[in-house]
Amino acid sequence: MNRSRGRGLQAYTILYLMFLYAPIVLLPIFAFNSGTIIAFPLQGFTTDWFQQMWGNATLRRALINSLTIAVSASILATCLGVFAARASTRFEFPGRGGIMGFIMLPMVLPEIIVAMSLLVVLLGMGVQLSILTVIVGHTLICMPYAIAVLSTAFSSLDRSLEEAAYDLGESRWGAFRLITLPLVMPGIISALLISFTISLDEFIIAFFLAGNEPTLPTYIFSQLRFPRAIPVIMALGTVLVILSIVLLALGEYFRRRGNARIGGSPTGGLM
Amino acid sequence: MARTRLDAEAKAGLSLIAPPFLYALLILAAPLLTILAYSFLTDGYLEIIREFTWANYVQVFTDPITRVVMTRSLIVAGVVTLVTVLLAFPVAYYVSFMVRPEKKAMWLFLITIPFWTSYLIRVFLWKVILGYNGVVNSSLTGLGIIDEPLTFILYNVNSIVITLAHAYAPFAILPIFVALEKIDRSLLEAGRDLGESRAMTFWRVTLPLAMPGVIAAVLIVFIPTIGDYVTPEVIGGGKVPMIANLIQVQMLALDNRPLGSALAVTTMLVVAVISAIFLLMNRRFLKVRR
Repeated sequence: MNRSRGRGLQAYTILYLMFLYAPIVLLPIFAFNSGTIIAFPLQGFTTDWFQQMWGNATLRRALINSLTIAVSASILATCLGVFAARASTRFEFPGRGGIMGFIMLPMVLPEIIVAMSLLVVLLGMGVQLSILTVIVGHTLICMPYAIAVLSTAFSSLDRSLEEAAYDLGESRWGAFRLITLPLVMPGIISALLISFTISLDEFIIAFFLAGNEPTLPTYIFSQLRFPRAIPVIMALGTVLVILSIVLLALGEYFRRRGNARIGGSPTGGLM
Repeated sequence: MARTRLDAEAKAGLSLIAPPFLYALLILAAPLLTILAYSFLTDGYLEIIREFTWANYVQVFTDPITRVVMTRSLIVAGVVTLVTVLLAFPVAYYVSFMVRPEKKAMWLFLITIPFWTSYLIRVFLWKVILGYNGVVNSSLTGLGIIDEPLTFILYNVNSIVITLAHAYAPFAILPIFVALEKIDRSLLEAGRDLGESRAMTFWRVTLPLAMPGVIAAVLIVFIPTIGDYVTPEVIGGGKVPMIANLIQVQMLALDNRPLGSALAVTTMLVVAVISAIFLLMNRRFLKVRR
């Protein structure tokens, strides 16, 4: 009886996964389709769209901008996240819940409100919009995700290891650098990867705070209006999907290795 | 002695939390306070008139267009939340209760992969799937099931709901899964041993214990959906705006920052009030955990 119930649920879950994967499956299909209209029936096989993508100067500029933003924002968010995760998992201090709640706020605040309020302030101060202003915004929204990942890494640390280092004459910083940091390194790497992926895909803040500089998502958005440009976007999407899966798999690998190192269980996800 | 130790610990904690806290104050709190201040000022021809007024809020609450768009955003967010959480629960239940422990991580990985691919492209692909000559319509006409393309899924609120229910699926599955994982399996056996049917055990033991996860899922889906900008823009073609699109139009296209700010502040208030009411209604489930 239990088995038949499991079968029904399993069938449902597989259907649900098909729903989740439906749009992603279409990406490579249209990326290699020689027709210019994104509709069935398919025309023929071609790799033209990938070549056009490779030769596109605006796209290359958008890619470089996006990578610059994502690398800077993920490093900044992870550094700030290390402070917050360490403080909240290791120390008791007044107002801890409130302060942490406030820092995690961008996770649940509609992005349009973050983007608009920041834009109003930047314009009011006469700041020139550039990829720098996007980095500032992305650091803010990546920080909560970095903290969520890092807190798991920091909270599963064995405190006695650090105390042993103090007893053996290490300074606070020395103990942190030699004991804590290596143990949470897998957490740091997966925080970096998650922040990088979030920043790379973030549209709203990049759209409003980048001025005239294109990023990958804003470039994609600008092209969606032109039917002729769509196949190239499909090719770009295919490449991005593969890249995301590789990055995610790497992040998962480091997270599990970190868990194994501190004796945690292999279950639980990125959230 | 104990007291000074506590103070030293508090000091260390506060100095550690200072950098991220100051960053959030500067980049988040200051701008939010700025738009709060703006919302009480008047938009002049070229500059903002610095005089306190409630006029923007009066306009937000009386303007028929704002009301239509706000109602639409609330309905869309509500329906998306309901659909997403209802569809997600059985999936989370399956992975938590039916999948062998060593396979769980793989299932979660499978569920999260689609979520990490470009949001914009995913939204656009739903337009391709649901469109007039889209995958659904061309397959159904090709198979001879329908003669005319289905129009109820075209570029309207329905297609926005489908797209958003897809986009926020992992946000609903993960918190419910975490809550289900925490349930002590012996409680379920106890329920069965005491003569409850399988359905009643689920209703009286599993579901109440899973509620904290369901509540988290509802809030995590509801709050960002109400402020979604991309989906109405791409799927609705700008014809069915939601509140985020209206805020953007007021702030930039019409350059009426006080009114745009009042809209943004009102949206945040509405979201906060709804979330608070929802949490209050469910507070007995949140107490169960203690």
